Amino acid sequence: MQHLDIILAMNHVSKSFPGVKALDDVSFHVRRGTVHALMGENGAGKSTLMKCLFGIYSLDEGEILFDGKQVHFHNPEDALKAGISMIHQELQPIPYRNIAENLWVGRYPSKKILGLFSIVDHKQMKQRSEELLKRVHLNLNPNTLLKELSVSQIQSIEIAKAISYNAKVIIMDEPTSSLTQAEVNQLFEIINALKNLGVSIIYISHKMEEILKISDEVTIMRDGKYIGTWLAKELTMEKIIKSMVGRELVNLYPPKTNVPGEVSFEVKDLTSTNPKSFKNVSFSAHKGEIFGIGGLVGAQRTELVEGIFGLRSIKSGEIYLHNKKIEIKQPHSAVKHGLALVTEDRRGNGIFGVLSVRDNVAVASLDDFVQFHFILNNAKLNQLAETNIKKLSIKTPSTKTKIQSLSGGNQQKVIISRWLAVNPDIFILDEPTRGIDVGAKYEIYSIMLDLANQGKTIIMISSEMSELLGISDRIMVMCEGRLSGILDRSEANQEKIMALATAYM
Amino acid sequence: MKKFLNNLKGPNLKNTLVDNAMYLILLSILVLVSIVQPLFLSTNNLTNILMNSSIRILIALGVSGALITRGTDLSAGRIVGVGAVIGGTLLQRPDYAAKFFPGLADMPVLGILLLAVTITALIGLVNGLVISYLHVPPFIATLGMQSILYGLSLIYTKSQPIGGLKDDYTYLATGRILNIPILILIAIAMIGVMWFLLNMTKFGKYIYAIGGNESAAEVAGVNIKWTKIRVYILAGLFYGLAGFLLAAKSGGATANYGIGYELEAIAACTIGGVSTAGGVGKIQGIVSGVLVFEMLKTSLQFLRVPSDLQYVAIGTVIVIAVAIDIRKYLAKK
Repeated sequence: MQHLDIILAMNHVSKSFPGVKALDDVSFHVRRGTVHALMGENGAGKSTLMKCLFGIYSLDEGEILFDGKQVHFHNPEDALKAGISMIHQELQPIPYRNIAENLWVGRYPSKKILGLFSIVDHKQMKQRSEELLKRVHLNLNPNTLLKELSVSQIQSIEIAKAISYNAKVIIMDEPTSSLTQAEVNQLFEIINALKNLGVSIIYISHKMEEILKISDEVTIMRDGKYIGTWLAKELTMEKIIKSMVGRELVNLYPPKTNVPGEVSFEVKDLTSTNPKSFKNVSFSAHKGEIFGIGGLVGAQRTELVEGIFGLRSIKSGEIYLHNKKIEIKQPHSAVKHGLALVTEDRRGNGIFGVLSVRDNVAVASLDDFVQFHFILNNAKLNQLAETNIKKLSIKTPSTKTKIQSLSGGNQQKVIISRWLAVNPDIFILDEPTRGIDVGAKYEIYSIMLDLANQGKTIIMISSEMSELLGISDRIMVMCEGRLSGILDRSEANQEKIMALATAYM
Repeated sequence: MKKFLNNLKGPNLKNTLVDNAMYLILLSILVLVSIVQPLFLSTNNLTNILMNSSIRILIALGVSGALITRGTDLSAGRIVGVGAVIGGTLLQRPDYAAKFFPGLADMPVLGILLLAVTITALIGLVNGLVISYLHVPPFIATLGMQSILYGLSLIYTKSQPIGGLKDDYTYLATGRILNIPILILIAIAMIGVMWFLLNMTKFGKYIYAIGGNESAAEVAGVNIKWTKIRVYILAGLFYGLAGFLLAAKSGGATANYGIGYELEAIAACTIGGVSTAGGVGKIQGIVSGVLVFEMLKTSLQFLRVPSDLQYVAIGTVIVIAVAIDIRKYLAKK
């Protein structure tokens, strides 16, 4: 390990933004042919460091050595050409173009016709795409449109693209956040194959088990500062958490204090109009209960809750609230009935990026702030935002700050405040802690327990096994759109959930 | 003000300049032209600019709602035309020789105004329904409406110009209250109405929410369809009023009234910082966008720029103004 030479060295890097020192004398060394994990809570400076490496930000101080030479990247293209690629957490496919075009966009292989005009060489493009697809274990026709592919397949395409640039360093930002276990294993195989070819991987993730499994070295950052680098085999989860949060986090989950009561919400035989989606799902959730929904990605869990909430059409089935049948055709009727949905895709359908924290909090509960029939009481809206910022300890400079400048965990808390203001009975949370750091996760679990203690019903979709087991009272598992079983907290364990999650495969 | 002056010192200077680019442009046009042509600053001329702006502001207010919700309204100018020909045909002098409806009795101005804006609001309703329920993109839906309305206006007016408007109708454009032209007072009132709607009502918050992130607004329980329909109805009301006043101001109407006004209104809104990406736009920006536009037009006349060249100048200024203004929204590296 120690004998492998250093391919990438970032030395004493500092970077300030107005009012904050985002990076403070950070050094980061990656060895050739290794997986180097970069860890830290949200806001620790991981992305800023990577953006400095990638030429998106300029350095205030410090230097970058790549393959022994000092480099100055002015934009991502410079970095790509030098041999550094990045696979972003939010993949950016061009859905209506095929695989080959997505791989070669911007640098299409070309040929001359009549010795004059340069045109795209489709034959060569297809051939080279096929070779690349083989290297990432994808058995697909390069003419397939990207919109037909799953998230993990699109990610593999991104990796193929990185390989095609002859990348010596590939940065992967939360690569497994939407992958199933089988897909994660496949990704790890590809990573190991890349390692054997001498490619280095910078692996950014919050998932500690994964990091301990796949990485050779781990660097931890906190508050823009470099904390240290360790060999992965010398580390334990406790040690990582301690270095990341700077204190000992005794428990990952708050103690369970809630006591489930009578049935509050019931779904009977719900079937989607889409034959590939959920079918014949029935369950009932109780007052004061945290009802987990587990399953692999593609099990149609998100589709199910979006169907319940009126965002997707339903062919048949019934929904009961407090033993009364309700009809939900549109999300706004779901809200009127007292349902709330925190969606999985925070940026896609959660936050209003350009709007203030205050407006993001208030948007669902404006009805309560109307006086004289139609005038909004802006002073009370401010108060609402202020109260929630305090109550959920949301870190924001002011209520007027645009939400897009907050960290993921704080954005999530703003969305939760939005629903707290509506005071619904049924909270549906879809991957509520996705992409959120350990400290903020704990706070979100505490909020969930608080709500359960107030007699609310919490329905939580999660792909994190430990989270499902750690916080749920019961766990419903789905597979391929069908319900495969409901486990009680006392009997649930990883093996049982996994077995149910693959029951119909 | 003190804060503003403080900002003028040191590294903040550039940001301050960029953030207030629109007002600086407005000011520099004023200074420049008044040096060359001192008459530019005469009360007469300035009132004239404000009166021309008054009608344009109404149209810009109407289209701004559509723009903030990431829509657009290409039928604005044609709806203005509809408002104009309704006012023109129904409010002629009883003794006018070439009356459009020869037997028509003397109609009350207020009644015809209500009729005109009701009809234009209904046109807005149709736009809104087509956009919300048939899911036709606003660009296409209102492009179609533009053509339909032009045809209908030509049929209705038999392609004839209408003149001889009665005095208490044209008084709306010529009259003054407390020595302030009624036209300007109406514009100020409508600016107030739109400011109120955007900032003090649920409707306004929903407009920004839909423009900011339509999917998120849907999840948050916002009634997207109904909000959008109301946006286009409101726009129809504003255009109808604008058209009605336009006919009064020019003492007549043809089906061609208001042609191209939608593009000027969209340009003025964009100059004023209404983002075509949605969710962003303030009343003061919209108003100053229109003022910049009108002042520019008058300035070019004052500077005796040949009229053909004026088009080139106006187009150039639109692009440059937006290029400067957009810098405040670009992520700072």
